Amino acid sequence: MPTRPAGTLYRGKLGMWSWVLHRITGVGIYFFLLVHILDTALVRVSPEAYNSVMATYKTTIIGLAEIGLVGAILFHAFNGIRVTLIDFWSKGSKYQNQMFWVVLAIWVVLMAAWVPRQLMHTFGA
Amino acid sequence: MAVIIEQPNAPRSRKGAQWEKRAWIFMRVSGIILVGMIIGHLMVNLVLPERGVKSIDFAFVAGKWASPFWQVYDGILLWLALIHGTNGMRTLVNDYTEREWLRKALNITLWVVAGALLLLGTLVITTFDPCIDPNVHEYLPELVCKG
Ligand code: HEM
Repeated sequence: MPTRPAGTLYRGKLGMWSWVLHRITGVGIYFFLLVHILDTALVRVSPEAYNSVMATYKTTIIGLAEIGLVGAILFHAFNGIRVTLIDFWSKGSKYQNQMFWVVLAIWVVLMAAWVPRQLMHTFGA
Repeated sequence: MAVIIEQPNAPRSRKGAQWEKRAWIFMRVSGIILVGMIIGHLMVNLVLPERGVKSIDFAFVAGKWASPFWQVYDGILLWLALIHGTNGMRTLVNDYTEREWLRKALNITLWVVAGALLLLGTLVITTFDPCIDPNVHEYLPELVCKG
């Protein structure tokens, strides 16, 4: 029995890559959530403490990073519905590829609405 | 260090299998609820306010949590998202760790962190006091502060 997984030539198709993305986005959102609970907890300390941590969210760098965060959440959310449909809908696995393109289409539409708005907020007054 | 790969069809303990099945169902049920709740959360805090995230400060939170609706909403979001995320991380730990002690240690850490943050977050929402801001009446004129 090998002590380590041996190298593999397996290259999955869309199904595998959507799973990889689901996993990476899930981990990213998890770590953001840990930070987000801690920064929000400062409202219980003092207005100054909370406002000063919120000031970092209002910087350009974090404003741009938020585009990535929301993008990750939206992908994970709609792909999560796809995963659930694959599990429970009798034709789910048959249409898993098409459903991936639907997820991507919804994502593009929502990002097209969100990104300009966030850029206005980030670079606007 | 030898990895023991279980027979996929080996019988599991009944209790273990029940628990894994419930966790599996929870990921799907919480996920569906989270879609609506997270999009609502992003809309209300990030997209709809006049200046986006730049609108958020102590007064913004005090205004929101003056309503029990948003206290309950944020509380449910906290519990669902953190338990979903933590259980998802448990899947990764189980997939990628080879040493049993490390796997156990990481999983215990995950749930200790989740427990501490659930307690902290719940206390913050339920004991929030806008009166700690001396200028609170500029934005919550109706509010009565003791002392
Ligand atoms: C927005 C709504 C969400 C939906 C619909 C959703 C859906 C799902 C589903 C169905 C799974 C199980 C995948 C599987 O068993 O193969 C999953 C896994 C996961 N989710 Fe979510 N989720 C959502 C939000 C979140 C949030 C807010 C976090 C972080 C706090 C998160 C973190 C994770 C992680 C780390 C995994 C494990 C990934 C893996 O096993 O590859 N998810 N999600």
